[in-house]
Amino acid sequence: MRWLRDHLVLILGILILLYTFVPIFVVVLMSFNDPSSKLIYRFDGFTLHNWLNPCEPEGMCHALGTSIQISLLATIGSTILGTLMAFALVRHDFLGRSSMNLLIFLPMATPEIVMGSSLLALFVAAGFAGQLGFWTILIAHVMFCLSFVVVTVRARLAGMDDNLEQAAMDLYATPRQTFWRITFPLVFPGILGAALLSFSLSFDDFIVTNLNAGNTTTFPMYVWGVAQRGIPMQVNVIGTLMFMVSVLIVVGSEVNSRRRTAKLATR
Amino acid sequence: MSSSADVAQERRAPARASFDGLRLENLTKSFGAFTAVDDLDLDVPRGSFFALLGPSGCGKTTTLRMVAGLETPTSGGITLAGQDITYAKPYKRPVNTVFQNYALFPHLDIYENVAFGLKRRKAGNVDAQVKEMLSLVELDSQTRKRPAQLSGGQQQRVALARALINKPEVLLLDEPLGALDLKLRRNMQIELKRIQTEVGLTFIHVTHDQEEAMTMADTVAVMNAGVIEQMGAPEELYENPRTTFVANFLGQSNLIEGTIKGRSGDLVTVDMHGIDVSVPAARSHADGDKGWIGIRPEKVLIGDPGEQLDAPGNSVPGGVVSDVSFVGVSTQYLVRMPWGQELQVFAQNTGHRRIYRSGEQVDLSWRPDYAFLLDASQDARAGAQEGTD
Amino acid sequence: MASTAGTAPVTTAPASDDSSRRRGLTGYVLLVPGVVWLALFFVIPFYSLVATSLYDPGGSVFSGYEMSYQFSNYWHAIQDYWEPLLRSLWYAGLATLICLVLGYVLAYAIAFKAGRWKNLMLVLVIAPFFTSFLVRTLSWKLILADGGLIVNSLQAVHLLGPDGRLLATPFAVICGIVYNFLPFMVLPLFASIDKIDHRLIEASSDLYANPFVGFWKVTWPLSLPGVVSGTLLTFIPAAGDYINAQLLGSPNQRMVGNVIQNLFTQANDYPAAGALSMILMILIVAMVLFYVRRAGTEELL
Repeated sequence: MRWLRDHLVLILGILILLYTFVPIFVVVLMSFNDPSSKLIYRFDGFTLHNWLNPCEPEGMCHALGTSIQISLLATIGSTILGTLMAFALVRHDFLGRSSMNLLIFLPMATPEIVMGSSLLALFVAAGFAGQLGFWTILIAHVMFCLSFVVVTVRARLAGMDDNLEQAAMDLYATPRQTFWRITFPLVFPGILGAALLSFSLSFDDFIVTNLNAGNTTTFPMYVWGVAQRGIPMQVNVIGTLMFMVSVLIVVGSEVNSRRRTAKLATR
Repeated sequence: MSSSADVAQERRAPARASFDGLRLENLTKSFGAFTAVDDLDLDVPRGSFFALLGPSGCGKTTTLRMVAGLETPTSGGITLAGQDITYAKPYKRPVNTVFQNYALFPHLDIYENVAFGLKRRKAGNVDAQVKEMLSLVELDSQTRKRPAQLSGGQQQRVALARALINKPEVLLLDEPLGALDLKLRRNMQIELKRIQTEVGLTFIHVTHDQEEAMTMADTVAVMNAGVIEQMGAPEELYENPRTTFVANFLGQSNLIEGTIKGRSGDLVTVDMHGIDVSVPAARSHADGDKGWIGIRPEKVLIGDPGEQLDAPGNSVPGGVVSDVSFVGVSTQYLVRMPWGQELQVFAQNTGHRRIYRSGEQVDLSWRPDYAFLLDASQDARAGAQEGTD
Repeated sequence: MASTAGTAPVTTAPASDDSSRRRGLTGYVLLVPGVVWLALFFVIPFYSLVATSLYDPGGSVFSGYEMSYQFSNYWHAIQDYWEPLLRSLWYAGLATLICLVLGYVLAYAIAFKAGRWKNLMLVLVIAPFFTSFLVRTLSWKLILADGGLIVNSLQAVHLLGPDGRLLATPFAVICGIVYNFLPFMVLPLFASIDKIDHRLIEASSDLYANPFVGFWKVTWPLSLPGVVSGTLLTFIPAAGDYINAQLLGSPNQRMVGNVIQNLFTQANDYPAAGALSMILMILIVAMVLFYVRRAGTEELL
């Protein structure tokens, strides 16, 4: 009884955590589903068919490819622009600092539907209504990922000891050498984190994309479309793969840092 | 600014050639309305172990950063071995720094940290030099560890090695021992001193710890509010302070108000609350007719009323012991004098004298040669708090 | 460290302020690309949205719109769509509250009770959310489906009538929103709670506060910054979301996002859609400002 009282919060926490995994179990389970009918979404039997023929549903892999392309480009674009901005914010003095902070904060605080519809309003007003597609999606994704990159990289930069750069300069490193040998390697984990965040934000976006996509179909749009008709089980294969890849990345970095701390402990 | 700097440069050109150490001239640094370093002149001879001592905020770190090139002076100049380096970039001056928190590069291992400066200057024979330097600081077995895996003392030695390996004209140490515990600090003080003698470089050591400054340096400059209060060998500063700040910041001092009655030959006679005391003229730094008579607590002798204490000279009767603390090697008294002031007296526990108790009547006495006289215009409490923390 | 903390700023504060932030052109050069992007594709679109919301509703995407400063668009939008608008705020508010309770327990457990499993638990909070939002929401559809395990068991214990269902009810929609936005609540909460010095809580119990009083007087106020940013990060996207309402609800659970999206993509009624977006934005900004002021944490913005 006493044990229960001491561990109540932890047990509740673990239960909530389990709750967040319920849909993942379902996704994994359904990726092995052998559906009896396209219209009824329930587990009917085990099969490897979906895993062996992931691209069977018409258009799915094409949509997936589009999504990956857009996400990669949006990640590159937003990471570069955002990192530059973060450096300016932390390291440089300029007029209008507070309005700059507002400009970076607002996109994160605006509901996607408002952001998406205002972009659409612009594209239509500018006469691009017929050209909505890959590039308009990319523009939108870079826009809403940008703030997240700035915030992530800025935090890393601000947490960096600026004595390190001074020490490098003191040890005969020119500003360029200081940047590439000290500053950049130290900020890099932040940039990498920002890039991963951008990729997942961009890859997963539906609301903004849907409004500005024209005839282009991304993976979330494909899922949205088939959700009304009947879901091919391969969608769950992709969902499972996404989960596995991200867990691998996260666990990999965790193991890496554990190993480092273990080394520390045994010095 | 440039025109006045040019004029100043021309003016001091001849003097510069003759001095091969580090010279700061009229050096000033302001941050907005706040003047951190105020018209500072300082010569640091080549090969000396020089300490810049002062409380936090006195401008010593700013001075150091200007020498390192990490801060640009508002005005004034810095020359090193005759070369003007006032505006030289930090990576172009033969000066290296051991930073307060060491500033070791966390993503590089110890070897790479130490080799960093050599590699930037494309020096040859890096490997041998790094190994030699690491054995000098006794870290040869740790070369492939990251800074985070080392203890504080080891990190400190890496920081030292990383700077020393470049054989700079001047090595700047910014409170390098501040993060270490007391015992380690003592060891490192001795170690630093040994290394300095071994390599023979000019060391400038910034610290707020007066004991550290006095143990290590051959010259100490006491800095306060952006200016140098006094500079000299540690014993000289301690025995013959010129300002109340130095008297209080370096150790402790009793400062007693007095009126100067006359100066004859090498003695100054002062009326101290009705008692005539004398101070050597060489130790008198008061211009007006009022002054602070200064005496270190360990120089004051304590005895029974009317007792002939062995020091001939200034005898002050009528004290009452108001507090006694026994600290082992000595007993520290507070003695209330007839004029209301409490004086500090440290008596060595040699066993020859008895220990007085609170409330006992005592006489005090000190030799005139130990006293000093300071100008009355100064605050008698200047530097007192800072010195004791 | 602690001993220098009080005195260090005297010397270093003016120094670092001056030297670590360089003046000059470089700062502007670094800012320009990002700022131009945000200006072109965030600020200006916002003006187009305002303009669109004031167009003459008589036009169409194909024939073009006349700018006639039709403020009546707003009035009509509220008249026609007040129901989904209110429902959005209501669902989002309720979901935020549930998220706050669940998220607080979880964040508290991770920060104070997880010990060496802290990092692992933190990773586990985020991990499920790397799978597609839509795929996850669809699996809720399966979980809550008629004849599914949950509905059947609830019917068995008579918590749900024989014809009762979970799917296509407000319950399903709110459940989906709670699920999808939970990490937005947990992460800021964790950041705040993790910073609280455990000794403060011990001190409060030392000073005769029972665990509940101790929580209300110490832990809760100190975690308030996390509570505020967590609730904002949850409420704002939840109010604009329509995926959960669409996939898990029925037309009776239509939220304002559904309406805006339909007006834009199906009905092509841009002025009404623009006006509705603006109304949503204005409502959210007003509520956020009011809330932040009440919570006394303006510095968060």
